[in-house]
Amino acid sequence: MQLAQLLLFLILFPLITAVFMFFAKKDMERAWIVKLSALVIGIVSVYLLISTYDKGALLVSAIPSEPVTLIMFIIEMLIAVFILYLGIVHKKYIVVALILVQSVMMLYFELVYAHSVEVSSNLFIDEFSNIMALIIGIIGSLICVYSLGYMKFFHEHHPEMPDKRTTFFFVMFVFIAAMFGLVFSNNILWVYFFWEVTTLCSFLLIGYTKTEEATNNAFNALWMNLLGGVAFAGAIIYLAMFGNGVMGLDTLLASGKVIALIPAALIGFAGLTKAAQLPFSSWLVGAMVAPTPVSALLHSSTMVKAGVYILVRLAPIFQATFTGYVLAMIGALTFLIASGIAVSQSNAKRVLAYSTIANLGLVVACAGIGTYEAIWAAILLIVFHAISKSLLFLSVGTVEHRIKSREIDDMNGLIVRMPKIAAMMVIGIAGMFLAPFGMLISKWAAIKAFIDVPYGFVFVIILAFGSAITLFFWAKWMGKIITVTSDSKNIEGEVDHSEWTALTSLAGLSLITTLVFPLLSTKLLEPFLMANYGHVAQLSQDNIIIMILMLLLLVIMPLSILIPQRKHKHVSPYMGGRTTTTDMRFSGSLGVQKKTVLSNYYLHEYFGEAKLRPAGIWLCSALICIMFAATALRGVIL
Amino acid sequence: MINIVWGIVFVLVAPLVGGLIAGIDRKITARMQGRVGPSILQPFYDVGKLFEKEQTVVNETQTFYAICYIIFMIFTGALFFASGDLLLVIFALTLAQIFLVLGAFAANSPYSYVGAERELLQIMAYEPMVILTAVGMYVATKSFNVSDIAATTTPVILLLPGIFLGFIYVLTIKLRKSPFDISTSHHAHQEIVKGVTTEYSGPSLGLIEITHWYETVFLLGFVYLFFGFNPLIGVAAVIVIYLLEILVDNTNARVKWQFMVKSSWLIAAVVSVVNLAALYFLFGGVS
Amino acid sequence: MTYLAKSPWIIHYDASSCNGCDIEILACLTPMYDVERFGIINTGNPKHADIFVVTGSINEANREVIQNIYNQMPDPKVVVAVGICACSGGVFRECYNIAGGIDKLIPVDVYVPGCAARPESIIDGIVTALGILEEKRKNGISSPMVTDHDHKAHHKHAEGGAQ
Repeated sequence: MQLAQLLLFLILFPLITAVFMFFAKKDMERAWIVKLSALVIGIVSVYLLISTYDKGALLVSAIPSEPVTLIMFIIEMLIAVFILYLGIVHKKYIVVALILVQSVMMLYFELVYAHSVEVSSNLFIDEFSNIMALIIGIIGSLICVYSLGYMKFFHEHHPEMPDKRTTFFFVMFVFIAAMFGLVFSNNILWVYFFWEVTTLCSFLLIGYTKTEEATNNAFNALWMNLLGGVAFAGAIIYLAMFGNGVMGLDTLLASGKVIALIPAALIGFAGLTKAAQLPFSSWLVGAMVAPTPVSALLHSSTMVKAGVYILVRLAPIFQATFTGYVLAMIGALTFLIASGIAVSQSNAKRVLAYSTIANLGLVVACAGIGTYEAIWAAILLIVFHAISKSLLFLSVGTVEHRIKSREIDDMNGLIVRMPKIAAMMVIGIAGMFLAPFGMLISKWAAIKAFIDVPYGFVFVIILAFGSAITLFFWAKWMGKIITVTSDSKNIEGEVDHSEWTALTSLAGLSLITTLVFPLLSTKLLEPFLMANYGHVAQLSQDNIIIMILMLLLLVIMPLSILIPQRKHKHVSPYMGGRTTTTDMRFSGSLGVQKKTVLSNYYLHEYFGEAKLRPAGIWLCSALICIMFAATALRGVIL
Repeated sequence: MINIVWGIVFVLVAPLVGGLIAGIDRKITARMQGRVGPSILQPFYDVGKLFEKEQTVVNETQTFYAICYIIFMIFTGALFFASGDLLLVIFALTLAQIFLVLGAFAANSPYSYVGAERELLQIMAYEPMVILTAVGMYVATKSFNVSDIAATTTPVILLLPGIFLGFIYVLTIKLRKSPFDISTSHHAHQEIVKGVTTEYSGPSLGLIEITHWYETVFLLGFVYLFFGFNPLIGVAAVIVIYLLEILVDNTNARVKWQFMVKSSWLIAAVVSVVNLAALYFLFGGVS
Repeated sequence: MTYLAKSPWIIHYDASSCNGCDIEILACLTPMYDVERFGIINTGNPKHADIFVVTGSINEANREVIQNIYNQMPDPKVVVAVGICACSGGVFRECYNIAGGIDKLIPVDVYVPGCAARPESIIDGIVTALGILEEKRKNGISSPMVTDHDHKAHHKHAEGGAQ
């Protein structure tokens, strides 16, 4: 009974907060509601973890299927009408077509099959859901707190934008509620419902600024996610028709590959669209026009994680099947190609977007392979990526407001202009590709997971190349940030305290999680893997000690800057003998003073989006067709 | 099992060995060019002199990065010789090199900046091959542990001929030998001035030199792993390979980064696919 | 016994030289004279150099460059003026654009006259410089930064000159 209440609280409390947004008349009141709510959500998420972490998977039967499922269906239909209306008004006919198809499918299901499906436990909690809940509860809350300062600055400096902050925070909290619902739901219909709600939230938030570009990108995101929704609906109908009444995740996983493969492939496809895998990557990149907290919350740490979450859930079904392999290949190719495109991007948010797509691709690859080692790597990737990426997005948002630019080349000398933020960005970037931080551990685990499967070497090779490419674009960005320019002044003082809170918490979380990940592994991941696979994967004791040693070294070394040192003689950089001013202007030929401009290598001719993306789209589209064909054949033959 | 003793031996002995190797390198190069060349102890004189010079800086963070570079390089090598996990060793090496790159970026100077970008291109060029070498070793010996691989009786070189060739190809990049010495070169003293080390002077430059010695010893140790089944052949192979590198260094002109990256990747992809596929099919995969 | 004398790295700069002396300096690096056997390396970077080898005289264009290179060299350092133009201005001493030998601008330690100076003289000059370098190291002499305030006060600069 206790557990049911906890889960319900986490799902409903953010909803209540969302509604309260409409009662807050002043910014101050809204700020208080958000901060209090964030605190409560964070604390309850942690409490949930503490009270359930050692109990394995717990099913909750206390919440009845009816009338909840019916209410969900009604809300889905209302949302469909809303989207239909918007689609017609804005002349987006793909959206109209897709929502019609989807609604007809669900209507058909509701009328013909709804009474015949029986799910005993609608909610559940296990170690993986707990981890997801922590991500949503802690990182999500921090991002909402950050949004207070960010949106305030945003509207102060963009008076021409309509100030819809009430709606903004309303949708943000509805989204958090939906995410909790998604990871706690065992009933597939409920998962579907929360899934569609997140699609709607994403659509509303991307279009927040109501510019033409934002609206177009919002609809782009909408149709791609709706396509996934159609597939999801297809899975539900298939289960209803051929599934012998199976409609729960637990029963689906237990029902064996014969029944489960086709719905798993369909839901997996929905996961691919939500996680913006190729060929559906353009919506995520386009979503970067949204305010940065949206990018951080939805499009890096949480919503897109829902896509890979469901894939990881279904991984036991994909294991050792041709479908799984093709799925893994889609993920691996996305990882490679998205990383390549990221090299050529100079806009910080686009780099982050492509990097997100790439890392999700890696998770998808692990899920497709589906062995216990791969899933261990996948969950670690999810955790560490969520923390580092949100930290980076929030930092970029703060930096963008102060330097008025999102270009990486404009972040030259950030360590002088905004030292603490720059330091946190460095932690974030290091967290994405350097040992001993989390993402590196996860990639390491992925390599080990891939080698041990048949034909795994293909995936390892792709991973090796993708990994080298990620190093390139992260390191050059880091280099820009730590360049010490001698003439810049510190503009950090103006940063809002809510932004500081979120940023420092995430930076701290980044370091702490790397330090305690062995604990995470033993207490949460190993029981989960044991229950689902009968095996555990872990890093050896020696390696853990070495990594902790590395981490300590890395943390202690920068503190050496605090030791007062003898000042060395300062000289200017070598400019071929030319004298330079402090801002690197020098006297060129004919006595004309020239400015030095140092810009990163973007290698457009080799890694340009125009070249790589079409290749990726074609390849992965072909692979998706192959995946469905193979799955259908298998289903037919067996 | 971690063998601390070997790690400590590495920390103490490697600079001596590495410096000697560098000195012998210069002597042989000189002879190839018809000159007498410096004494084989010259690198030690160079570093000694650097420590006698005044430390000037462009900004104070440079020395910090140089110190991090050497500490993590020592860490990498020590971990390798103390028989750690090969993949972790490679990742630690990457970490060390990032510090060199960051030190070059920090100076806000055009030459070191270009050097840093080129250094990153170099890392991007060889990283896939190095990771795949470690993977190949695992497939051949069923272990990532360095001492397991070194002590194995399986002739790793016979199982991994393609990967060995690929590794030797990128070894030229890692040892900063022509034709791939585009970021900071021992011979081309004035290619983009000194590339990544342009803005370093005095003791911090000395530290970077010593780090290169540590790295050389570590890399040669890596080459040895292919021949672990017979230590004599192993040592002989290491010597032959290094002489080969010197020969290649003196007979090739520097290439553009495009050629370096493309050729390294092409070779890495081809040899890895062929070698690993062959191993997989011949030996029924890894379990 | 310091290491400085065993590993002297030079930076070579052509001020206004006709390249005659520069070619002779280059000849020192060839197998015929092979100065690398003394550990001498021609770095192109003042920050790495101990010996500043200058040919040619001072004119308006290279004043600042010579000062800049000299200032960027870490201590201890020596300057070797190679060729009569670097020593005193040579045949160009009376020209309107030539200010004279290098010592008009920076302290010179060794003068190697000649037109062009022969490789043997140059090597001899460098070896003499090594002795001076050792002395400077022993006595802890540090060289002050060279600036050009006097010159600026008296002459107008071309527009846009960097400070």
